[in-house]
Amino acid sequence: MHMADALLSPAVGATMWAGSLAALGYSSKRLKENIDNKTIPLMGVMGAFIFAAQMINFTIPGTGSSGHLGGGMILAAILGPYAAFLVMASVLTAQALFFADGGLLALGCNIWNLGIYPCFLAYPLIYKPIAGDGTNSRRLAVAAVISALLALQLGAFSVVLETFLSGKSELPFTSFVLLMQPIHLAIGLVEGFVTVGIISYVKTSRPEFLENSIASRPLADGTPVKNTLIAFAILAVITGGAISWFASTHPDGLEWSIEKVTGKRELAQQTQGISATLRKLQEKTAFLPDYNFKPPSKEKAAGEKSPVWPGIEAGTSIAGVVGGAIVLSVIVLIGFAIRTFKKRQD
Amino acid sequence: MSHHIVDFKNVFFRYPDGTEALRDLSFRITHGEAVGVIGANGAGKSTLLLHMNGHLLPTSGTVTIGDLHLTRKTRQDIRKKVGIVFQNPDDQLFMPTVYDDVAFGPLNLGMEEDDVRQRVHDALNLVNSLALQNKPPHHLSSGQKSAVAIAAVMALEPDILAMDEPAANLDPKSRRLLINLLKTFSHSRIIASHDLDLILDVCSRCIVIREGTVAADGPARDILSNRKLLEENNLELPLSLQKC
Amino acid sequence: MAFDEQYYNIGYLDRLSYQDTFVHRLDPRIKLITTLLFLFTVISFSKYEVAALLPFFLFPVILLTAGEIPLWFILKKVVIVSPFAIFIGIFNPLLDASPVTVLPGLTLAAGWFSFASILLKFILTVSTALLLVATTSFPTVCHGLRQLGVPSIFVSQLLFLYRYIFVLAEEAMRMVRARDMRSFGHEGTNVKVFIRIAGVLFLRTVERAERIYSAMLARGFQGDMPTRKRYRITARDLVFAGSVTFYLFVFRFYPATEILGRFFQELF
Repeated sequence: MHMADALLSPAVGATMWAGSLAALGYSSKRLKENIDNKTIPLMGVMGAFIFAAQMINFTIPGTGSSGHLGGGMILAAILGPYAAFLVMASVLTAQALFFADGGLLALGCNIWNLGIYPCFLAYPLIYKPIAGDGTNSRRLAVAAVISALLALQLGAFSVVLETFLSGKSELPFTSFVLLMQPIHLAIGLVEGFVTVGIISYVKTSRPEFLENSIASRPLADGTPVKNTLIAFAILAVITGGAISWFASTHPDGLEWSIEKVTGKRELAQQTQGISATLRKLQEKTAFLPDYNFKPPSKEKAAGEKSPVWPGIEAGTSIAGVVGGAIVLSVIVLIGFAIRTFKKRQD
Repeated sequence: MSHHIVDFKNVFFRYPDGTEALRDLSFRITHGEAVGVIGANGAGKSTLLLHMNGHLLPTSGTVTIGDLHLTRKTRQDIRKKVGIVFQNPDDQLFMPTVYDDVAFGPLNLGMEEDDVRQRVHDALNLVNSLALQNKPPHHLSSGQKSAVAIAAVMALEPDILAMDEPAANLDPKSRRLLINLLKTFSHSRIIASHDLDLILDVCSRCIVIREGTVAADGPARDILSNRKLLEENNLELPLSLQKC
Repeated sequence: MAFDEQYYNIGYLDRLSYQDTFVHRLDPRIKLITTLLFLFTVISFSKYEVAALLPFFLFPVILLTAGEIPLWFILKKVVIVSPFAIFIGIFNPLLDASPVTVLPGLTLAAGWFSFASILLKFILTVSTALLLVATTSFPTVCHGLRQLGVPSIFVSQLLFLYRYIFVLAEEAMRMVRARDMRSFGHEGTNVKVFIRIAGVLFLRTVERAERIYSAMLARGFQGDMPTRKRYRITARDLVFAGSVTFYLFVFRFYPATEILGRFFQELF
């Protein structure tokens, strides 16, 4: 469920990057303040472990299809939220680079969807309170399953939200939600069981390791309420930022989407109120109130406003087809030219 | 040259889980000696090596390196004197490129960028691996990895070099190159290994460890030709001595 | 994808990144920034834009050819990761059916245009991201990130991850091979076996971390991972950055494809 660059709008991509970078910076700072030196190599190889373990496929019971590990909850349970978040972010970065899973712009979304929820919401709110010190196996199992499930549901929902706000896909919000959430219910359950399985395997084979890791986890033991509040504050700022940015650059787009989804005029009018205010605000703060710095977004807003495709004029599309053929041939020629030049050099 | 001396006096060490790994262990190694440490699995060889740079501290007894007694306070200084090459080069080479790995130690000493470059150059040159400097360790052969692992330690210019199974996993040719390399060093060398031919080739003296204490200590040729002593310690005569 | 295949795929990509070409020698920061700029420019086009995206293939083609990266390798990787984007995009032609006349006599649903646009953007973004790492070794990318101000603790995390991906993946591969050798069909690939394999791998990883820590201590580690500053931006880098920016700017704001098309239409 990696988000992909091609489905993103620049606004959503940049917002999610900003959110993930903020969380990265904050976690790095917190870790630097009181990290045990021994944790540095441990975190490093844990990342490699998750990366390698994700490459191993297994059969999902009852379906016959194959699944693989996510790993966020295992990391959080063992390393605590801050270290786990950094490790998860590094795993996703390596995947974006080596497998092009998602892509570089969507990396911000993916770090958010797969890192923030397990580490900063599921861990302090669900896992920690239920699992306690981790001595009771049953509580630990329940905690791991519920938190893995919740984290994945939130992640899947965010994918829907990010895709929807980007406006590149025509999928209606509700059908998309109905499509994504049940699939991730199944994946989340499996993730939960795998998390429990690995943690209890480690618990039976090397109990002292888990005890040490729990004992040497001042960060994790620090007030969960505070962590959560911070997480929610970030969340609120980001969502607020995303929506207002979206609203200010595509006022009509948002109105149009909400109307399309809910079918309610009142809501649309409300957003019109918000976006109108935002537009006024933008006009007041902008250097050139009537001139948008980004002509592209203006074009796009126009494109989304009209239900019909913008340039229907046949001449334009013929020009597009002819021009496209020429442009591609030129690019291929340039490619061949560089290749031959290189070969001749050798 | 008192700073090349290693002195263990009545050293005891017990792991937190209760295993008594070293029991009244005493020996003294002087400047420039090459000493082989042999013994059965679990006899305490690796524990001994981990005391050499203060990774472990004795439960009782004293360890002296040069003119410093090993304590929690002096161990940072002792680490500058004693270079340890651990068994598995993949654990030893933890940085993403050969250059970064060899530079890790000197940079930790707070050296200037240019001096570090010189150190790295010299150390890699010493083990004939200069051409590898921009490669990541996972592109190297086992022989190259162990050479670089040695360079990484040599870059700190230690007085004393301690090695744990330096030739494990090496093919015969790489092993021969390593042996020739070790012979060229003038440092005090302590080599723990089951590869008795290597010890015979490189070391003039040999210490047999059994159950955490010294079972025998003497010239390598004498000890390594003592079939009875070796067999008592789960070892056997080096191949080169078996035929005669 | 089978485990072995994924493993050797990363290995191949990694080896490509250590080549020595003009593209490989560029400063990592310049490559990172121009790539991000490129990606942003590509996705900033409206959802129906198709023709104007075509000139953007020039950038990956230049990286590919000048960087001596095999085309089939990049194409294969693009195809492998494409299902999600295709899955989401394929709904567009179904849901957005307003007719658009492309050529006289040929009418398509507008959704096909937005679908084609998603696909083009997908190919452009994925191939460029892959080309970035195929022409810049991972450690170099990390040094670039560090110099761009990414927190050092995260950068060293990435460096460790890179160093041990290959070691652990090889360990995992041996276990997976042992599993598949004895599982005759599906029995062996169930979740329980996976948990056991992952558990063993986990414990070995923890033990390895302890040995690495000893090795680090032995070489004077006191909590800070040293990084060296070795990259200096040269005139060549600036010329590259300048021309890429110019190219992106021109093709973002002037519909070159269409202009060219009209020009040729008028000729004939």
